[in-house]
Amino acid sequence: MSLPPKQPTPRFLLAGDRALTVEFGQTIDALTNRRVQQLAARLNAQRGDAIVGVVPTYRSLTVSYEPLRISLDALRAKIVACLAGEQLGSVPSRRWLVPVCYGGECGEDLETLAATHDMTPGEVIALHSAPVYRVYMVGFLPGFAYLGDLDQRLHTPRRAVPRPLTPAGSINVGGQQTAIASVAGPSGWHLLGRTPWRSFDPQRVNPFLFAAGDEVVFTPIGEKDYAQMAAAIDRGDDLPRPVSREPEDER
Amino acid sequence: MSVRIKVHSPGLFTTLQDGGRFGYEHQGVPPSGPMDSIAHRIANLLVGNPANAAALEMTALGGSFAVVGGDCNVCVSGRVQLLVDSPGEVQRELETWRTHRLAAGSVLSVGYLEHGMRAYLAVAGAFVVPLVLGSASTLTRARLGGIEGRCLAAGDEIPIGAATAAVDSRTFPRELIDACYGTGAIGVLLGPQDDYFSAGQIDAFLGAGFKVSAQSDRMGYRLQGPAIAHRHGADIVSDAIVAGSIQIPGSGQPIIALHDRQTTGGYAKIATVIAADLPRLGQYQPGQIVRFTALSIDDAVERWRALVARLGAFAAQCGRPIPFPEENNMNRGVTYRD
Repeated sequence: MSLPPKQPTPRFLLAGDRALTVEFGQTIDALTNRRVQQLAARLNAQRGDAIVGVVPTYRSLTVSYEPLRISLDALRAKIVACLAGEQLGSVPSRRWLVPVCYGGECGEDLETLAATHDMTPGEVIALHSAPVYRVYMVGFLPGFAYLGDLDQRLHTPRRAVPRPLTPAGSINVGGQQTAIASVAGPSGWHLLGRTPWRSFDPQRVNPFLFAAGDEVVFTPIGEKDYAQMAAAIDRGDDLPRPVSREPEDER
Repeated sequence: MSVRIKVHSPGLFTTLQDGGRFGYEHQGVPPSGPMDSIAHRIANLLVGNPANAAALEMTALGGSFAVVGGDCNVCVSGRVQLLVDSPGEVQRELETWRTHRLAAGSVLSVGYLEHGMRAYLAVAGAFVVPLVLGSASTLTRARLGGIEGRCLAAGDEIPIGAATAAVDSRTFPRELIDACYGTGAIGVLLGPQDDYFSAGQIDAFLGAGFKVSAQSDRMGYRLQGPAIAHRHGADIVSDAIVAGSIQIPGSGQPIIALHDRQTTGGYAKIATVIAADLPRLGQYQPGQIVRFTALSIDDAVERWRALVARLGAFAAQCGRPIPFPEENNMNRGVTYRD
């Protein structure tokens, strides 16, 4: 698909003397995020001595560069040139069917969250596992995937008091976002469930499962399945894989 | 067995750091690496290592370390007292910023930091640990790198690689140290979200002194001072955070993101510390007052150029020209040892 006409021109913001942020907008939406990721892909292809790194986020990307190798003006010109051929149809994406054990020990906030919204736990699970989520960005901690487009009926303010330690693999809801936690850590988000997958494992050939732009669908599983899959992953017998998918399947 | 360092007492927060783990920020992994890259690089160069080799970063209090299994050249950089007990000799004081040959069985004691917050211990041949995502740097928050992803503990033994060349004893001269670090207010560039603040609040930020709080670590410094007010609230849609990003949360008290930072965050960032002043900032102690001065991008880049040139000239004298800029080279998997 081509871009709808009249896309706003991004703003350039200085993030110090070795990084430039290209801001496409100030909202969380799929079109803005696609623009971010397309530019990220194009700039990544030019990484080297001058362009050192590219970090795509919800609605902007930050380009790290070496100012003794490329001037700020030259970098801006390079980015403007990349934007000239903006087209969003060709961005390939992977889809992951992520197994999730909702509620119980794996998701201790499921019942409270359901009660907050006057729903049953089953209704929460149905709403949470229905959408095809987009990985809007990976950040905060290694491999931590922020997913967009959580059903409005599940938007929930964060906990007043964060938990000091939540397990790796937690499937969380905080505000209007949902996420897959990659490593154990403190969190103020609500724990709905847990996946036996490890989205970050530095010992694996591919340490990170998810990348910005990937699609994620949650598949509810029971506690027994969870235990079996977790054991298989621990033994190294099972490796999470994306499902195959036509690259051009616009929603 | 090969030469190694045995930890007798680990100090307060001692971690292994090489130049950094670059190229994974888009996957949520901060680069880590030394809080003071000047002292880290010089310590390595003085023992004949590549500037970005793995060395120990000690915080506030050094610790004591025994040389086991053979002789070894060492260097400690930082403003700290350094003592050595060698077999059959009386205890003596050693100069910092200088190469020393220690006999097997020597115990090196690194005292409290007299000035600054961090000192570095480099050994000829460099510390050898398994690399995680291409780097030996420790990120304790995610238990990555270094020794099992943690601070050193008493009893740890860290192997040392083979030193490739005999190294003359060298000193990094005092006047060069001063020239590298600079003095005065910490330079910043305004942005990326300086438009979240009125001109009056930006002036207040630049005119004030902020105390570095006790809640300051490798992840970032929390500052205490006059509250900086936002025009319309502190929250932004989360975007990338770089080393030196100065975030202003709802409390109005600035947080400077540093090397073990979270890679993204949702508070407006009023300014960013310039590259050339990050090493000096890494030496601020809790309780110390930090002030900021706004620079132009051209001035900031000039100061970076001057620092790189000074370090580069010294590296060339040491026979270890820095493949500049070494951060970039590490992105492409340059090795840390010979």
